[in-house]
Amino acid sequence: MAPDTGAPQSAPAADARPRELAQEDLQALFDVLTTRGWTVVGPTERDGAVVLAQLDSAAELPYGVGVALAPGGYRLRRRQDRAAFAHSAGPQSWKTFLHPERARMWQADRDEEGAVTFTPETEETAPTPRYALFGVHPCDLAAIARQDRVLVGGAFRDPVYAPRREAAFVVAVACGEPGELCFCASVGTGPGLREDAPCDLAVHEIADRDGVRLLISAHSPRGAEVLADPALPLHEPHPELGERARCQTEAAEQRMGRELEAEGLRDVLAETLDSPVWDEVASRCLTCGNCTLVCPTCFCTTTEDTTDLTGDHAERWRRWDSCFDLDFSYVHGGSVRTSGKSRYRQWLTHKLGTWHDQFGSSGCVGCGRCIVWCPVGIDLTVEAARLRGEAGASEEGPS
Amino acid sequence: MTSTAVVPDGTVDAAIPLPYLVRHRLRETADTVTLDLVPLGEALPRYRPGQFSMLYAFGIGEIPVSVSAIAPGGDALAHTVRAVGKVSEAICRLRPGEVIGVRGPFGNDWALGIRPLEDDDPVTPLGTAPGEDLVVMAGGLGLSPLRPVVLQALSQPGAYGWLTVLVGARSPQELVHRTDLTQWHALGEAKITVDRAEPGWTGAVGLVTDQLRHAVFRPERTTAFVCGPEPMMRASAEALLLRGVAPGRIRLSLERNMRCATAWCGHCQLGQVLVCRDGPVFTWEQAAGLLAVHEL
Repeated sequence: MAPDTGAPQSAPAADARPRELAQEDLQALFDVLTTRGWTVVGPTERDGAVVLAQLDSAAELPYGVGVALAPGGYRLRRRQDRAAFAHSAGPQSWKTFLHPERARMWQADRDEEGAVTFTPETEETAPTPRYALFGVHPCDLAAIARQDRVLVGGAFRDPVYAPRREAAFVVAVACGEPGELCFCASVGTGPGLREDAPCDLAVHEIADRDGVRLLISAHSPRGAEVLADPALPLHEPHPELGERARCQTEAAEQRMGRELEAEGLRDVLAETLDSPVWDEVASRCLTCGNCTLVCPTCFCTTTEDTTDLTGDHAERWRRWDSCFDLDFSYVHGGSVRTSGKSRYRQWLTHKLGTWHDQFGSSGCVGCGRCIVWCPVGIDLTVEAARLRGEAGASEEGPS
Repeated sequence: MTSTAVVPDGTVDAAIPLPYLVRHRLRETADTVTLDLVPLGEALPRYRPGQFSMLYAFGIGEIPVSVSAIAPGGDALAHTVRAVGKVSEAICRLRPGEVIGVRGPFGNDWALGIRPLEDDDPVTPLGTAPGEDLVVMAGGLGLSPLRPVVLQALSQPGAYGWLTVLVGARSPQELVHRTDLTQWHALGEAKITVDRAEPGWTGAVGLVTDQLRHAVFRPERTTAFVCGPEPMMRASAEALLLRGVAPGRIRLSLERNMRCATAWCGHCQLGQVLVCRDGPVFTWEQAAGLLAVHEL
C-alpha cells in the first residue's frame, strides 16, 4: 500500500547541487515564494515565545533568538549570532496550518417540505490556503509525514488536510541547535536532513564569524523551479560550507538534552499496562491535555453539529480533541477511560507503542514539546525508561 | 488485523452524509425502534452484514449504528436504535417520510473479509467453510447487528450446518426483533432467555450463556457470532471456549466512541486497533487481550 500523501516526491531535482544564499537575501526567497502564490508562514518572536505565524517579510524571522527549555519551562534567550532558525520547538507546530484546530466539514439545509441537502465545502466556501512552511525542523518534518500517514495514507483522504498538504511548499531547515529537552537523534528523525527528506527545499543555516549563510538544496521539482528563479541571488557555495554543515549536524547530534531508547518500546508498553508506574504518573498528571495540543503528531478530532436560529441550516464542524478529555471515550452509559491513569496511559502507549500497530511507525518524533509545555513537567523519556525497567526488557547487549 | 473495509473511494465523499428517507418505523420496545431507510437520491455502496453506518439527526449529531437488515438486491437498509442520548433520541423520534443523513458502509463485516475468490470457491458469504455450524449469541440490542447473519444463514440453508440462535434480554419487554424471534423459534433455531421473567413469560429465565449448555453443535466445525454488552460477550466467549470452540472461531462486534468512522479522529482506539477501521468485528483471539485490560 503506497500512501498517496500528495507530499512532494523526493525525486532528485534536475539540479540538486546545493547553492548558497546570504541571510540578508532571505527576503528574495520570500518574494519568489509569494510571487508564486504561496503565503509564507514561519517562526517569529511574539509574546515571549517563538511562534509560527503568517510572515509579511523576512524581517519578522526571529534573528538571534534562542530558547532555554526545562520540564514545564520555556524562556527566550539572546544568541551571540543572528541565526534565525536556531531555536528548538515552540508552543505550536505546523499542524496548526495543515490540520487546523477548527474546520467546517459540510453544511446542510432543510426546506419547507423537509427535504435535506448536504453541501460539501468547495474552493468557493473554503479556499485551500497555499502555505509555504518556512523553517520546518527535521523533527517537525517527520511529524508531517506521520500525520500524512494517518490523514491521507489510509482508505479515506481527509478533505481538509489533503488539499492543504498538497498545496504546501515545505522549506526544511536542519537543526543546529537542539534544546535541553530534544531527543530527535535517538528516535531517528534528526537533527540533520537526509538527502531524501520529504521537503521542497532543504536548508542548512551556518552562523559563524563570516555572518549567517544558508546552504540550500532542492528536494523536489517544485523546489528546483523556485531555486532556478533568476530573482534569487544564489551563488556557488563557499568550498567549506558543505563541510561546516556536516560538522554542525554532527555536533548537534551530540548535544541532545534527552534520550529515548526507542528499540523495543512498543513491546515494553504492551507488557506494562498494569504497571504501578501509571498510578504514580497519574498522581502528578493534571489531565489538562497540553501535551496533546503541542504534540506535532497528535491528530485526534471531534465533531460539533450546529444549527442557526431557524433550525433549518446545519453545519458540521470539526475541532481538535484530546484523549485526556473525559468525553473522548464516551459510549452510552459512561466513558471507557474515566481515571486519569487510563487517559495518560492511552496517550503514552499510543504515542510510543500502538501507533506502530496502527500506522507502522512511532508517533513520537523527539521534539520535546510535551515535556516543555506540561505544567507539571512530566517527561515522557523518563516515564518510558521507568516502564522499560518495569518490563525487565532492557536490552542485554554489550555495554 | 483484518483488512480495511471496501470503501467509497473518492466517488462518494465518506465524510458527508447522503439523505435517506425513513420509509417505515417499527417500535421494538419502549425505547427502541427499527427504521427502514431508502436513498432519496444517490445510494451508498452495498453493505455487508456486520458493517455500520453513521446516522445523522439534522442539526443534532451523529452516531454509529450497525446495519440490522440489508434488502436483498436493493438499496434499502434497516437500523435499530435505542434512545440513550440526544442523538439517538432524535433518531428514534423520526417518522416515516422524514429524512435522515447516512454515511457508510464502514468497517469490516461478520465474514472478517473472508470471501469467495471464485464462484466455486468453498466459502460462504459469512466467511465459513460450507456445512459448518453457526452459533449466534446476542444480548439485548446486540441482536440487531446479528440479525443479518441469521437472515443470511436462513436464506441459504444448504450452505451451513446447524444454526443455533441464543438470545438474552433483561426482560421480555426488552426483546427486539420479536417477529423474527417467533419465526426462528418456530423453526427450532432460536432459544430465548430473559434475566427477569414477567407475568405471561413461559420461556427460559437465566443468562444467555446457560443456554449454550443445551445447544447442539460441533465445536471444531463451528463459527460463533457474538454481540451484546461487553460482560456478556466475555462470558459468552469463555463459555464457547469451554465447549471447545477455538478462539479464532469466535467473532464479536465491539463498540467504541466514533466521530468520523474513517480512521481520522482517534476516538475508537482500543489498544492497537481502531475499531472503525480494523473492526468492528474481531475474533476472540484478537479481542481477548483488548477486553481484559481495565479502561484500555
